[in-house]
Amino acid sequence: MSVNSIGDYSFDSRDKLENFHGAMLVFIQWEQHLVYCAPFAFPLPPDMLLGDVMKNIVLPAYAYHPDSEKATLEDFEKGQWLLDNKPLQADFTKSLAENGVKHQSILRVTIPGLDGLVGQGSAA
Amino acid sequence: MSRNVSITLLNNEDARPVVQAIEKDNPACIINHLPSLVKVDMAGALRINRQTVEEILGREWNVQDIHLCLVSLSGEVEEEDDFFELSWK
Amino acid sequence: MAITRSKPKMGIKERYASMTRDLGWETSYQPMDKVFPYDKFEGIKIHDWDAWVDPFRLTMDAYWKYQSEKERKLYAVIDSFAQNNGQMGITDARYLNAIKLFITGVSPLEYAAHRGFAFAGRHFRGVGMRVASQMQSIDELRHAQTQLHAMSHYNKFFGGMHSSHLMYDRVWYLSVPKSYFDDAMTAGPFEFLTAISFSFEYVLTNLLFVPFMSGAAHNGDMATVTFGFSAQSDESRHMTLGIEIIKFMLEQDEANLPIVQRWIDKWFWRGYRLLALVSMMMDYMLPKRVMSWREAWEIYFEEAGTALFEDLSRYGLKMPKYYEVANWEKDHLSHQVWSTFYNYAGATAFHTWMPNDNEMEWLRDKYPDSFEKHYQPRFEHFIKEQKKGNRFFNNTLPMLCQTCQIPFIFTEPGDPTTTCFRETHYKGNRYNFCSDGCKDIFEQEPEKYIQAWLPVYQIYQGNCGGKEIEDVLRWYNFNLGEDNGEYLDSPDYDLWTQWKESQSRAV
Repeated sequence: MSVNSIGDYSFDSRDKLENFHGAMLVFIQWEQHLVYCAPFAFPLPPDMLLGDVMKNIVLPAYAYHPDSEKATLEDFEKGQWLLDNKPLQADFTKSLAENGVKHQSILRVTIPGLDGLVGQGSAA
Repeated sequence: MSRNVSITLLNNEDARPVVQAIEKDNPACIINHLPSLVKVDMAGALRINRQTVEEILGREWNVQDIHLCLVSLSGEVEEEDDFFELSWK
Repeated sequence: MAITRSKPKMGIKERYASMTRDLGWETSYQPMDKVFPYDKFEGIKIHDWDAWVDPFRLTMDAYWKYQSEKERKLYAVIDSFAQNNGQMGITDARYLNAIKLFITGVSPLEYAAHRGFAFAGRHFRGVGMRVASQMQSIDELRHAQTQLHAMSHYNKFFGGMHSSHLMYDRVWYLSVPKSYFDDAMTAGPFEFLTAISFSFEYVLTNLLFVPFMSGAAHNGDMATVTFGFSAQSDESRHMTLGIEIIKFMLEQDEANLPIVQRWIDKWFWRGYRLLALVSMMMDYMLPKRVMSWREAWEIYFEEAGTALFEDLSRYGLKMPKYYEVANWEKDHLSHQVWSTFYNYAGATAFHTWMPNDNEMEWLRDKYPDSFEKHYQPRFEHFIKEQKKGNRFFNNTLPMLCQTCQIPFIFTEPGDPTTTCFRETHYKGNRYNFCSDGCKDIFEQEPEKYIQAWLPVYQIYQGNCGGKEIEDVLRWYNFNLGEDNGEYLDSPDYDLWTQWKESQSRAV
């Protein structure tokens, strides 16, 4: 549907890719770790390696969670990944773009066995 | 069972005679006291009669004076010179 | 006892007819469509503008009389509150954080409502609706002013209350109320009234004002109680305008039904998302609690809202879409929101803290199906770390919903362990939503929401004062270390502790 308006009504997306100075918006969440209330939003260059994103940005961001000490970078790479709701075979040696990540994409990862503070589906 | 209508008034001197009049004219009403509020629930319809309020007050009372102590309501309003009524159609 | 009563010159009905309806006329120098250019483009068909009824039949002269009486009472109380050091009589300084949220997140909405109703009060061609809207416009201005006056006394002592309107325009969580109201104000007059008068004032406002003002009374805040109830006494009139506008549109033409239903679906969901802030206020920010969010939702939405929509079903109107989701969320909402603000305490103009033992017990008691299992472990972890000097501050920025602008903190309906994600594509771009409700709203009018000013993404685009979080917080006009952070480390807490100690020494 379109907007009922009193005149011409068309606009650019305020968050179009060009507005991010060469980066794209990427959202990342370690599932079941809701001590962190929401997925992170990062502006990232599409050619940045997924492994570097995880090692240098995402893992430090999760440092407060006790599970972060138990999970290595390899555990994350072998984890179960969802990219925009579809299963992803994550390759940390490839770039975000090569892994299929686009502007406004959502990456979600689960590491079996590491499911929060008390386990049992408390999601903390 | 008919649905509840409800009126919430301040818990103050302006509202006290109104609440008393509601109790008198709508004996089946349920009065709930909250901090600084009085919420009155009633199945079907609830009526505030000017004459009853005036008898309690001992002086003239205008139905629109209810605006000074009205907090909230649930139900459709009918306001006349002699009464204020809430009901569901 | 019989009361002798002087007979008024005119009865209520007669006075209302001559002092509102008789004030309008059919224009002859210019066609009515040119004088009232905005009341048709939304597609609402009106055949008889005079059929609109105002059950309160309030005329301007009576309006001024009652409003001035209310103002006199209010300012007497505000004066006495200031002169008697009323700020020291509240239950606990933690309480004031609810007030900070109110002055930055709600009072600016009152001002926005003043503008919106001024527009509606000019642009309906039906004179009864114009007069009712004009009165409400003045009411809303009064609310904004009296709230600022009443709370200015706290601003002399406590942080976070000094720049409410600037913060409303800039601060990340305040984009939630701001975008809500901007959405309503940029619609036509019929949608505006459906949004604000009906969906907000009639269906949802009791959840905001009644617990808030009752909470203020319970916590010794005389200033807020008084302005709150002074404002709320106008609210019944506003609610009535809301229900009457819905009935009027539905009675005028059957073709209006699908438009009205769509608006109600939209504005119920937008209003409900906005009230997420109120849920945490009720369950976490009041030192003495009145009722839980869950209880309030049951009384004011499940009971009163159901009765209302049963009544309106005779016009073919249905309960707002996704109300079941809101009913399900009542066990989770406040905990998820409080957890969020605890995460981001470094970037808020109010303080957060963890509940004490008594409060934890209250939460378990009020939320037997959710708190102990899902939220207590999280909070116990926060408390344990905080005691070790490791208070949690989430230093990342969150993903935001394109429609409601709230971070992605809500979980799948029926599953409180999995974050809820929805998406859509429009003109080659992807957009993300926290819920089906927000996604549907976008899809009805994508061109409107692709313009959304989403605070996190604006920071990344470089439009919010600088690259570092601290630059952004300065652009928000925060006094860093005073307005933000943990309550127990705040100047508010220190001041309050000093006051209490000096009081007990005096005893």
